[in-house]
Amino acid sequence: MSQLNENKTPRVDLGRYSFDQQEQPALKDMRQLSEEDRKQLLMAGVDASGTQRSGSYLHVNHSKVHCSTCRKGVEILDIKEALDKYDGLPEYYWQAVDKDKDEFTRAAAEKVHGGYFIRTEKGAKITDPVQSCLFIKGENVGQNVHNIIIIEEDSELHVITGCTTSADVTSALHLGISEIYIKKGGKLTFTMVHNWGSEVMVRPRTVAIVQEDGVFASNYILLRPVKSVQSFPGVFLNGERAVARFNSILVAPKGSYIDSGNKIVLNAPDTRGEIISRTITTGGTIIAPGIIEGNTAPAKGHLECKGLVLSQGIIHAIPELKATVPGVELSHEAAVGKIAQEEIEYLMARGLDEEQATSTIVRGFMNVDIMGLPAELQASIEEIIDETEKDMF
Amino acid sequence: MLTIEDLFVKVGGREILKGINLQISDGENYILFGPNGSGKTSLLMTLMGFDGYEIVQGRIYYDGQDITHMPAYERARLGIGMSFQRPPTIHGLKTRDMVKLCAGDKEVDVDEMAKEVNFTDLLDRDINSGFSGGEIKRSELLQLMAQDPGLVLFDEPESGVDLENMNLIGKVIRGILDGPLEPRNGISMKELKSRHQTSGLIITHTGYILDYINADRGQVLYEGKLCCTARPRDILDHISKYGYKECVRCLN
Repeated sequence: MSQLNENKTPRVDLGRYSFDQQEQPALKDMRQLSEEDRKQLLMAGVDASGTQRSGSYLHVNHSKVHCSTCRKGVEILDIKEALDKYDGLPEYYWQAVDKDKDEFTRAAAEKVHGGYFIRTEKGAKITDPVQSCLFIKGENVGQNVHNIIIIEEDSELHVITGCTTSADVTSALHLGISEIYIKKGGKLTFTMVHNWGSEVMVRPRTVAIVQEDGVFASNYILLRPVKSVQSFPGVFLNGERAVARFNSILVAPKGSYIDSGNKIVLNAPDTRGEIISRTITTGGTIIAPGIIEGNTAPAKGHLECKGLVLSQGIIHAIPELKATVPGVELSHEAAVGKIAQEEIEYLMARGLDEEQATSTIVRGFMNVDIMGLPAELQASIEEIIDETEKDMF
Repeated sequence: MLTIEDLFVKVGGREILKGINLQISDGENYILFGPNGSGKTSLLMTLMGFDGYEIVQGRIYYDGQDITHMPAYERARLGIGMSFQRPPTIHGLKTRDMVKLCAGDKEVDVDEMAKEVNFTDLLDRDINSGFSGGEIKRSELLQLMAQDPGLVLFDEPESGVDLENMNLIGKVIRGILDGPLEPRNGISMKELKSRHQTSGLIITHTGYILDYINADRGQVLYEGKLCCTARPRDILDHISKYGYKECVRCLN
């Protein structure tokens, strides 16, 4: 018996969710949020105090409630304001993501609740990250957001996106369109932390387009329970020497169904792409597809996916490589299964019992050093990992 | 310190150790010789308590306690330490943190200890990730220094080590076994030595390690049996001249 072709992705019933709710009152300062909400934000990597941030954007349910920038060189607007201000953003709005891709893109196109518009100035190197938070408060809320990030020539930016629900929400739907444009020599680090509720359905649709010498580094961290995530961000390296890296760490506890992967398309000479994913199931299902497609030479890509099945759960890694011209170099390594016994024994010979050894190895497996995050964000993510680990063993 | 009585061990259903009797006293350094496949590493693995080494007969005592069926981590906590030949890489576990784990509840100055084994620059690397032969040895020693065991099991401390590293490794092993090599403020060497009672069970093929440590006694393990008790230097000289064939005669 094979379960290979069974598609068990939970189906989203759009009719079940409310897309028309009252606007949320605007907040002058994110510190005005309740302590409980601030804690939820923190578990998604968003610091309500905004220290060491270049700007903050907070979207609750169907409307923007806070938007501020405190650094020159970066503009942060609500997408609706940006569409007004820039005549509908014809070069960017629905130019990377196909509006008719599926029912979710169509739903998001029909009624957009908000989202952020972030644009750097040419040459601006923004050291502190911009943080954005897409927050759902209220049962069965359906949230449509549309985000656009534009990294102008030779500028650099780190955007942290935290997506979360308030502590009392279990069921909700998040539809998020993200279109990312990185121009010549631009560099974007995009770190997304998801902290949803156990009945929340999530259908993001993300595409990034990178021009010559541009760099797109994406980090995705999903450690907390969620009902279903179905996400497959793609990046097109359209300019010479452009680079893309995807790093993700996914944990599926019982009840979570995570279908999350990445696609990199190498469309110009000397482009490089790397996809690294680490997945753990403690009872849920993880589908981890990854595709690197090389359409020009020379171009290089490497895909690495590692999965740990810690208890009755499923990890299905699907690494795919496609080369359409001679001279493309693509490789992958994948390993799914249990913790190596020799690693456990090594630690036991140093005085750790089996449980301590296992948790030490799992902690290492989830390590985020590779993402190169700012120290303070790294520390808060490590706290989330600590919380997650408590629930694992 | 360590007493092994009539020990028989099977690995994968095959009998590897066939009636080992061995006693190592407090502070004694014991050298084990033997051809490849004679069971030397299996003896060490059995003493450490790894899965897959099935004790079918006999007993092992450490400090008077019967440890025959004790799990590895309890043996480590009692004071048995082992240097691995080919330790696995553990991703995301920094060497610095591994050294702290080895120290258990003790407070250790990892940076200070790392200086002694010239390991400062590698402390923030994942343990064993891309380490060279010499680096693995130095990392293993660093971990043992932090663990501060009463009995150290070394499996070929000189393998894969260049001459320059050998000198450093030899001195550090000596330090672990014999304690500090110089008198310290107000305490006589005699007193320092008496406080430090680490024993060693060391496997060697080349004997290079004998240039650095005070080896008290040696034996040859041949086809799962111990023979030829003698001074380690004499055993080494004999083996390099005549090989192991004398062991065959001796055992028959």
